[in-house]
Amino acid sequence: MAPEYDVGSLESVARQIRALIIDTAHAAGAGHTGGSLSEVEILTALYFSFLKVDPSRPDWEERDRFILSKGHASLGYYVTLALRGYFPLDSLKTFDREDSALQAHPDMHKCKGVDYSTGSLGQGLSIGLGMALGRLKKNLQFMTVVLLGDGECQEGQVWEAAMFAGSKRIPKLIAIVDYNKVQLSNTIDANLSLEPFSIKWEAFGWNVLSVNGHNIADLLSALSRARAMAERGPVVIIANTIKGKGVSFMEGNYEWHGKAPNDQEYIAAKKELSDR
Amino acid sequence: MELGEEIAQRTAFGQALVELGAKIPNMLVLDADVGPSTQTHLFGRAYPDRFIEVGIAEQNMVGIAAGLSTLGFIPWVSTFAVFMTKRAGDQIRNSIAHARANVKINGAYGGLPTGRAGATHSAVEDLAVMRAMPGMIVMDPADPREAIACAQLAMDIEGPVYVRTVRCPVPVIFPEHHKVALGKAVKLHEGKDVAIISSGMMTPRALKAVEVLEGQGVSARLLHMPTIKPIDVEAIRDATESIGTILTVENHSVIGGLGGAVCEVAAEHAPCRIKRLGFPDIFLESGDDEVLFGRYGLDSAGIAAAAKALAEGGKKG
Repeated sequence: MAPEYDVGSLESVARQIRALIIDTAHAAGAGHTGGSLSEVEILTALYFSFLKVDPSRPDWEERDRFILSKGHASLGYYVTLALRGYFPLDSLKTFDREDSALQAHPDMHKCKGVDYSTGSLGQGLSIGLGMALGRLKKNLQFMTVVLLGDGECQEGQVWEAAMFAGSKRIPKLIAIVDYNKVQLSNTIDANLSLEPFSIKWEAFGWNVLSVNGHNIADLLSALSRARAMAERGPVVIIANTIKGKGVSFMEGNYEWHGKAPNDQEYIAAKKELSDR
Repeated sequence: MELGEEIAQRTAFGQALVELGAKIPNMLVLDADVGPSTQTHLFGRAYPDRFIEVGIAEQNMVGIAAGLSTLGFIPWVSTFAVFMTKRAGDQIRNSIAHARANVKINGAYGGLPTGRAGATHSAVEDLAVMRAMPGMIVMDPADPREAIACAQLAMDIEGPVYVRTVRCPVPVIFPEHHKVALGKAVKLHEGKDVAIISSGMMTPRALKAVEVLEGQGVSARLLHMPTIKPIDVEAIRDATESIGTILTVENHSVIGGLGGAVCEVAAEHAPCRIKRLGFPDIFLESGDDEVLFGRYGLDSAGIAAAAKALAEGGKKG
């Protein structure tokens, strides 16, 4: 199912995704660029290695499930799905336009490969938990992976879901937090700190792994450990990332949370990305 | 269950879930620590493997149900209507309604009767909130038998449905095997001086009011609306055209529920004099159900008086 890629090839996929994010945001004049750039390696590791999915059978019952709980980072998600073969790369030109399958926030009824619609923050983990419970009831073997934003973890519902999954030791449920330390209006720490973050998840009954979320080899190894650990209960991978990763003037800057590059910024961003 | 017998709608509904569960193996029930109150605990006892107690976490409950629905399960989520529709309102909107998830929503303790729990527990606006959600079907059954029929109909529909139930005993007014049709009013009495349109537990009271009115020489048509959305446009239009004066009666705020829906239809099709009986724009308070209902004219005497005034005032009001 998942093509066999070595780390070098995955890094090259990640570079492609990053460039396409900038292209798509610039062409659309819209998109959440910062949070899409921070999730690139996570999505690469998931869709090009970890997840048992088949783009030709998006409704395959035994496929691993993925929920982008931070639904505003749809740009990175769509580019990844397109590169993985769910729909043509050409569709990216319709991003955020009227009648497009690629809505600003992912719509399961419009976009192939999207396992659940998201957009209002804090809801994805509960939905993933429901999938994990349903899997148990039906005795299926798939894994459910939910990608959360760090700012999103300020929502109470995340912790309701975390408490339930941890307390009941729900298996085959992996949460990944894209911990890029920046939210819409400021840094996480300035607005509402999540720390001590790992300790919180542990206290809620989760196994916690921390990784450099831009290092593909680290991500793959953490995901592989998580798969084994998830047999006994929920696992969270805290992926330390940089918002706007790869473009110096976007990195760590909350102003790039929900903004697309203009022509000048686009040229500068593309140059930086191609120099890497 | 006999005609006229007073039975708590929640109990009938809880038993209906058990019966539906026997026929529908992929039906699940989730509750947020109020199973003994909503009566979903009956289902939990009958099918412990298909009942999920989530604790006091309504938002998570709705999300779990959404996830379960992707695997072919048909989950009911149930808690007090006031929390169901607001505490988990965004989750119902986005995880259920927008996603068109096949999840059924029970708002128990609809309206005023909450066992003296007062303002924080009385859902005076749940119908308005749910009615405004795109694609949501909204049911407000009249009696225990109709609560059962609504539970059945909700299972027959693919997609989200909101079924409101009430805590207090309500007299049985419908015969056995009563069926509900989407967007179809039930004409319970024919008359020409005034049309009364009621929903939920107000319908048995309106039925009594119609008898009182008859004794006073006022001839009232009584239409019961089991589904507030879709609503029976034809029945409302016919009432506006052939009678020309309408009284709406609901165990809900006069804003956005049955009264609001009837006004919307009438205003667009055939405007006429309409009086909305329900709670004014206020929070309720704790106390005896009947004393409080009486304050808002939501007993049979109050309904009859309001209808009589309308009938006598004529179309100009």
